[in-house]
Amino acid sequence: MTTYVPGDALVSLNAVNKHYGQLHVLKDIDLHVRKGEVVVVIGPSGSGKSTLCRAINRLETIESGTIKIDGKVLPEEGKALAQLRADVGMVFQSFNLFAHKTILENVTLGPIKVKGMPKAKADQEAMALLERVGVGHQAPKLPAQLSGGQQQRVAIARALAMKPKVMLFDEPTSALDPEMINEVLDVMVQLAKEGMTMIVVTHEMGFARKAADRVVFMSDGQIVEDATPEEFFTNPKSDRAKDFLSKLLTH
Amino acid sequence: MDVIIENLPIYWDGFLRTLYLSVVSGVIALVLGTLIAAARVSPVAALRGFSTVYVEILRNTPLTIAFFFAAVVLPRLGVTFEQFEVAAIIALSTYTSAFIAEAVRSGVNSVPVGQAEAARSIGMKFGQVLGLIILPQALRTVIPPMINILIALVKNSSVAGAFYVLELFGHGRQLANANGDQVMAVLLGVAFFYLLLTVPLGILASTVERKVAIAR
Repeated sequence: MTTYVPGDALVSLNAVNKHYGQLHVLKDIDLHVRKGEVVVVIGPSGSGKSTLCRAINRLETIESGTIKIDGKVLPEEGKALAQLRADVGMVFQSFNLFAHKTILENVTLGPIKVKGMPKAKADQEAMALLERVGVGHQAPKLPAQLSGGQQQRVAIARALAMKPKVMLFDEPTSALDPEMINEVLDVMVQLAKEGMTMIVVTHEMGFARKAADRVVFMSDGQIVEDATPEEFFTNPKSDRAKDFLSKLLTH
Repeated sequence: MDVIIENLPIYWDGFLRTLYLSVVSGVIALVLGTLIAAARVSPVAALRGFSTVYVEILRNTPLTIAFFFAAVVLPRLGVTFEQFEVAAIIALSTYTSAFIAEAVRSGVNSVPVGQAEAARSIGMKFGQVLGLIILPQALRTVIPPMINILIALVKNSSVAGAFYVLELFGHGRQLANANGDQVMAVLLGVAFFYLLLTVPLGILASTVERKVAIAR
């Protein structure tokens, strides 16, 4: 395992705990992500990896421990929390594009309403982002008129429009048809190359190998391994990780 | 049927007053109901409590009680009006707002939770999430029930006739008293003028519903 100076961390979780009723879904989680780092979180279903991802911008509350973004403790509610969330981009499994807004409006809404950016400038930046993710020509359409892969790329553009310090991806390709997965992963790989700090919950091992600086393996609410992709895929230390990887390779 | 033709100006006067009561109360009820619905889903417990009590009391008591309250109790508490129409508007709009609030709330619940999460995750505050993302989608899905409520409002406004407001029903009652031999015709005339308001509302509902449907 690599060693970290927690003070350096852009995102840092210390002794985070959460229960869903009886289920202890996050057990004493410690995780520190430095600026520019790409951390891929993998693990079996129900291991708590999505909850971990959602807790980082407080879509899930936690019971104990602290979560800090760029040195600031995540506020509990209200204006301060909204401000902090603007710095944390989030991409969901089910895209969650605003169904009543056009593609362009989906991307400009945050900059205009949250940051107070003039519409003309927001439109211009949004178009550049949409071009970058390859859906510029879809700008006037409504989300439902786009394919899943296109919607997810728009969702990435929407998050990027806020110029976030860190991007969270909660299983961004799990709801996609196989032939659309790559178009989304390509955008993410590109983003990683450009130095974006990313925390990615995914089942795409190819992406983990290609783009991750670290792989975090979760099981039963705990971080079981935290290693480079090379180490993790060739020489996993825990039995649970070995078991998980062997199941992936049988087909 | 002569009685209708002869008294057309009276019918027309009543029709206009019914229209006036319905439009004014309807607008107030829509605004008030939406605010109450917003309070019901707000993170502030006191607002949720107040709005729940408001909705449950008004929705579960007869409209006549709201009228008595506005026309008789409020003046005794020092709130006086020049015309009974004002009392009628207060009663109709508060009563209807409770139903509007419930319709809007069900609409809010029909918007997938991911929409709110996405809005929050780009840094929107509660008011923005509600006003820019949730309500615009919720209101579109509740247009048909909302128009049902407005149709009920038009008909409910007839209660005002019993409280000295000479709207369609009030005039109808007077005409029926004056023309005891043609009660049937008088009431058919009244019904016709109500239909003149409510049928177009129904047609409007289906047109609007088709236009604003959101594809998911």
